Amino acid sequence: MSDKNIMLMAHLMRRAGFGASKDELLEISKRSYEEQVDLMLDSEPNYEVSKHLMHRYQPDYGSPMGNSSNGASWLYKMIWSDSPFKEKIALFWHGIFATGYAKLANGIVLHDQIKMFSKLGLGNYRNLLIELSKDPAMIIWLDNCESHKGAINENYGRELLELFSMGTGNYTEKDIKEAARAFTGWTIANKEYMTEKSQRDSVWPYGRLAMHFEYKEEDHDNDEKIFLGEKGNFNGEDIIDIICKQKATSRFIARHMYSFFVEDEPPVPEWPYKEPNNPEAIDALSEVYFNSGYDIKEMLRFLFKSDFFKTEKVWNKRVKSPIELVAGTLRLTKEFYRPEKFQSATNSQTSFMGQHAMNPPSVEGWHWGTEWLDSGTVVERVNFSSSNLGNTNHSGIRKIIDNVRANTNEIYSPEILIDLLLQELGEIIVSQNTKETLIDFAESRLNDKELLTDENLSELLKLVGAMPEYQRA
Amino acid sequence: MVEKKEKSLVVIQLSGGNDAMNTIVPYTNGIYHDSRSAIHLTESDVIDIDGSLGFHPEMGEIKKLWDSSNVAVINGIGYPVPNRSHFRSMDIWHTAESESIAPDGWLGRTIREIDPSHNNVVTAVNFGRGLPRALVCKDVPVASVGDLETYGLMPDIKGKDQRENALNYFSRMYGPNQGRDAILDALSDNGVSAMIGADILSGANSKYSSSVEYADNPISNNLKDIAKVIFADIGTKIYYAQHGSFDTHAGELFNHAKLWKELSDAVGDFFRDLKEHGRENDVTVLLFSEFGRRIEDNGSGTDHGSGGVAFVLGGSVKGGFYGEQPSLEISEQVEGDMKYNNDFRSTYATLLDQWLGIDSVPILGKNFEQFSFIKKG
Repeated sequence: MSDKNIMLMAHLMRRAGFGASKDELLEISKRSYEEQVDLMLDSEPNYEVSKHLMHRYQPDYGSPMGNSSNGASWLYKMIWSDSPFKEKIALFWHGIFATGYAKLANGIVLHDQIKMFSKLGLGNYRNLLIELSKDPAMIIWLDNCESHKGAINENYGRELLELFSMGTGNYTEKDIKEAARAFTGWTIANKEYMTEKSQRDSVWPYGRLAMHFEYKEEDHDNDEKIFLGEKGNFNGEDIIDIICKQKATSRFIARHMYSFFVEDEPPVPEWPYKEPNNPEAIDALSEVYFNSGYDIKEMLRFLFKSDFFKTEKVWNKRVKSPIELVAGTLRLTKEFYRPEKFQSATNSQTSFMGQHAMNPPSVEGWHWGTEWLDSGTVVERVNFSSSNLGNTNHSGIRKIIDNVRANTNEIYSPEILIDLLLQELGEIIVSQNTKETLIDFAESRLNDKELLTDENLSELLKLVGAMPEYQRA
Repeated sequence: MVEKKEKSLVVIQLSGGNDAMNTIVPYTNGIYHDSRSAIHLTESDVIDIDGSLGFHPEMGEIKKLWDSSNVAVINGIGYPVPNRSHFRSMDIWHTAESESIAPDGWLGRTIREIDPSHNNVVTAVNFGRGLPRALVCKDVPVASVGDLETYGLMPDIKGKDQRENALNYFSRMYGPNQGRDAILDALSDNGVSAMIGADILSGANSKYSSSVEYADNPISNNLKDIAKVIFADIGTKIYYAQHGSFDTHAGELFNHAKLWKELSDAVGDFFRDLKEHGRENDVTVLLFSEFGRRIEDNGSGTDHGSGGVAFVLGGSVKGGFYGEQPSLEISEQVEGDMKYNNDFRSTYATLLDQWLGIDSVPILGKNFEQFSFIKKG
């Protein structure tokens, strides 16, 4: 039987990272659970993926061109960073502040936006919203550069309230317009030239340029506004101050956190009509939001240390998003020690499964939970995990096989083999039915210690990769 | 059992922005030659149609179908306010929504109309990896096939017996059992329908025989696979495949010719195959691209443009020109591009109402004027 503490660590790593192998779990289990949570939240990564390394293998890394190498490099960080939690945070915010290449046709501003999320995503929510409102990708994505004094475009004002902070039902159409007025003048520098440039879209060098935020005083509507019952000559920062004070904002963020880290909530459009899975948890998180002065890190510290997170009832209650599935699998197999060109192909696996990093289907982001699963994506998911876990050439899989062989030296039975293997792959918990199926397979092919050949273990690993539990986190 | 010979629609996406002007070539037009000093096609290159327009020289097979009056050429196709981003423009074609960002695709919505209770997991079959947004719609199953021969779960398990054995264990893990939850239900429903779909489709592969020899390239392989599924009569109504990349910023003369040679030959073989099996009147093919390209060349290729050309082909198609060939006069250009004169949703509406017999209004959101390129009755 596995140690309860290791199993809890495995749960933490699946949620706060992309999963961990038994070797990694043994290493972090030298600390107490609480120490591990604090370390994860408070430490800076030791190993930042080097820009020079990325450029060497992916020449258009960080460039304005396509999003595939930028997406691939992000995936590389998820696989190799010693602080996968920071990338998980960026992924959390990317799901909420979903901004996409489809409209921007510019990779660098998206690359920069994701970097901003991993840098500021654990900070103060007010700061994050201000930086988001100044983010060039967001300004173009939601047309704030088209919003002018006397002629507002309300797109950003609307989504800021609906999708980024409070959720529908907590403000009026008038509030949206007032928010949009307050954000007039928040635009990108040299807009006319940039627009001209994007109309002459071309693959030639310098066809696309990075964009920068600019505040244009002369285009800002400085007249009086009434927003959520408060009156003043508000600018964007003032609107965000008022938003951050709202109870609805605290609950909206709390529910997103619960859904992403604890268990799948229904998709956001259903929130006004469906109670949270765990209303007490949302109340408690929203209290931390106010007590800490909108501090995301403190909310997460509270979350990870809460019984509602630690309880076995929520273990494996989430469907892995495609990015979690692919990054988690590659962390186990340890393929792509270097960010090779070929890795872009692996990156596109996530889009076959319905999640193209930096290119969400709409401003609403992706719908999660069981909505990840359709007849096409299930085939892609099963085949990806099955063939990758079953590839005994990968160094990570070799290590797992070595460990299994070493640990079956004394006593051996198919049942012990299955237990060991599921532990090695990160303490995967399976149903009785799955376990019996795997044991039956092992009895047919691996009934004796002498039969632990690469070929037979590869077949078993392919089946383990195909099992329904592997799709859950 | 009476085999039901379904009418079906095959959609082929020419990804990257096909250069309409070097596809249906206005080879007698002085402005064409002036703007295309590097990459124009001359009178002796093109396959003449009517003394002023000609097919690209590599479109001989499509020209043969044109001569039997089975090709509708829709010139000047596009949508209001052109967008020259590949992604956004393709999205507009996929979702049939040009103003806002829509989550689902026009063909996904069509499949939902055809089979609202998902009785058939292979109502639509996509050839390629992952689903193009055109086919995406909540709760609508679509089989997505890379290669019909190897399609299915765990294809890298070699050996028929080993694979069947593994699939038995798979179906035990995904089959009904105690203590299920919503996630396991979803995994199990989709896992099982994928298995059923793969099983049905593998039958299509083994039953196929034909004297037509397709070339060995992706679009020919896809069309051959589509023919196999059509002949298997498993109720598939929509097929989807992609060909490209037509993003010919550089080396256009060579690349564009290669792409059209492959596509035209593949379409020619496909219709020969359909004819051999007596099915040429049951299948209509749409070829579309997200936009046309700039009128003026850039020295070796062309940059992104707007108004383009689409093709509808098949035994039930009334051949000819539809839409108008856009004028190349400077005053008629839109920022250096050919100006669209017919909305792509008119072509969609015609295919939905007149070919598939499905009311186009709920799918496209409103009533679009229709063409008459589908034969009556």
